Amino acid sequence: MIGLGAVYLFAGLVFAAVAAASALDRTNKPRWLNAGFWGLLAASFLFGDVLGDFGNGVLVLSLVAVAGFGLGIGALATTGTEERRESARRFGNKLFFIALTIPAITLAGSLAFKYVFVGGAPLVDPAQVTLVSLALATIVAAFIARAVLKQPFPAMLQEGRRLLDLVSWAALLPQMLAALGAVFALAGVGGIVGGLAVQVIPGESPLAAVIAYTVGMALFTAIMGNAFAAFPVMTAGIGLPLIVTKFGGDPAIMAAIGMLSGFCGTLTTPMAANFNLVPVALLNLTDRYAVIKAQFPTALMVLFANTVLMYAIVYR
Amino acid sequence: MWPLLGIVVVVAGFALRLNGILVVAAAALVTGLAAGLDLATVIAAFGKAFNENRYVSVAFLVLPVIGALERAGLQERARQLIASLKVATAGRILMLYLLIRQVSAAVGLLSLGGHATMVRPLIAPMAEAAAESRNSALPTQMRERIRAHAAGVDNIGAFFGEDIFVAIGSILLMRGFLEQNGVLVEPLSLSLWAIPTAIAAFAIHAARLFLLERTLRGTEKSR
Repeated sequence: MIGLGAVYLFAGLVFAAVAAASALDRTNKPRWLNAGFWGLLAASFLFGDVLGDFGNGVLVLSLVAVAGFGLGIGALATTGTEERRESARRFGNKLFFIALTIPAITLAGSLAFKYVFVGGAPLVDPAQVTLVSLALATIVAAFIARAVLKQPFPAMLQEGRRLLDLVSWAALLPQMLAALGAVFALAGVGGIVGGLAVQVIPGESPLAAVIAYTVGMALFTAIMGNAFAAFPVMTAGIGLPLIVTKFGGDPAIMAAIGMLSGFCGTLTTPMAANFNLVPVALLNLTDRYAVIKAQFPTALMVLFANTVLMYAIVYR
Repeated sequence: MWPLLGIVVVVAGFALRLNGILVVAAAALVTGLAAGLDLATVIAAFGKAFNENRYVSVAFLVLPVIGALERAGLQERARQLIASLKVATAGRILMLYLLIRQVSAAVGLLSLGGHATMVRPLIAPMAEAAAESRNSALPTQMRERIRAHAAGVDNIGAFFGEDIFVAIGSILLMRGFLEQNGVLVEPLSLSLWAIPTAIAAFAIHAARLFLLERTLRGTEKSR
């Protein structure tokens, strides 16, 4: 059965190749730091399951220490704008088709692999079809790109490294924040914040309960970076006891709109790094919070709409 | 109360724009120690969770292919295509992508979007090129704002579309949590009640994109 193990092996090899290419790049002054950073990430993907919990902890802290010294970007020999324009005219819309093979194959795989069995067992771990499909889509697209574009051999690796070095330590932020969430859970942070919220927020009328719940979901999500962490705490603290039990509201409406109020919080917080900070790096934006600023007014207005909507229909 | 110090570290660190992963690691150590755990336990818990969440970073594997396509002129091709379409404006492109992203997420096709696969190589250059074709001296600040909006549209479309799909994780979480507390709800009713917010979110954000478009027109006229 193909599962996470195969995906992690592939990822480990890609990051190891990036690390090796970083080490060889004399145009990048801190090249050994870059090599160390991507090399440690490769080690995490390749050996994470045999390092043990403490070993993995030391690995993470080493990654952080290396990144703390400041990663660099090499002066890579890529193509210039004029060259790219000419090449764009030559390849035309083929470029789009290759780019779109990634989402297309990911999608097809995540739908189809559920029905593929070999000798009675599923070919792909049913819980991991999307990730396996994404890795497969990347490999297929890489072969197509290689066949169509006919670039010199190391080009793809170097271009991948160019983008990874552009994202730099922000690439690791989503995974780090997920791990921080686990430490928060261990230390009982969610319970403490939820308890405070329930104490501080008045929920003495049907309207106040709705406001406390939607705004509380958004704020708590902004702090934790994840609506899934906020939902159980706020629903157990305010949603169920007040909106449903005390004032007789509909639990399905409460939960659905409550979760979407949490998503408004996700749009406003650097804690949701994969949505709000990684694109800043990918798009070369100078303001680290540019994406959050673009989303903030929408988040506030949708939160307001959710509150009005919930009050209007939850107590029907 | 003391474990909340970790949140203080995060807020202060992000506000001061320090190195993000340094801030997060410090917050994890502070939180664990403040909760009375010993250092080795905190490091082990952080390492264990980091290892279990490796799947989060798998999305970056697409970058070599995207990079190779960029080397061959993918972004320039996106610009050429848009420049040849007279009706294409930055606002319209972003609105159309918002609609596609939201509808496709609503029917379970969440993997059709994404910042590395769609926004950087296609949507952001298209929107930027559309604005540029109307105003060749587009200020850098407006360029960056358009790009930031391209990322925002991907997020907003995904967030307020995905909950309409019955088999998404958040619906399962809501149903499971309510069931634990003795309240039974149908997954279908959860997904149906996500529709009004989805419509509101689309209307609100599309209106904001319309205003962005007007601001862009303003920069054209002032020239």
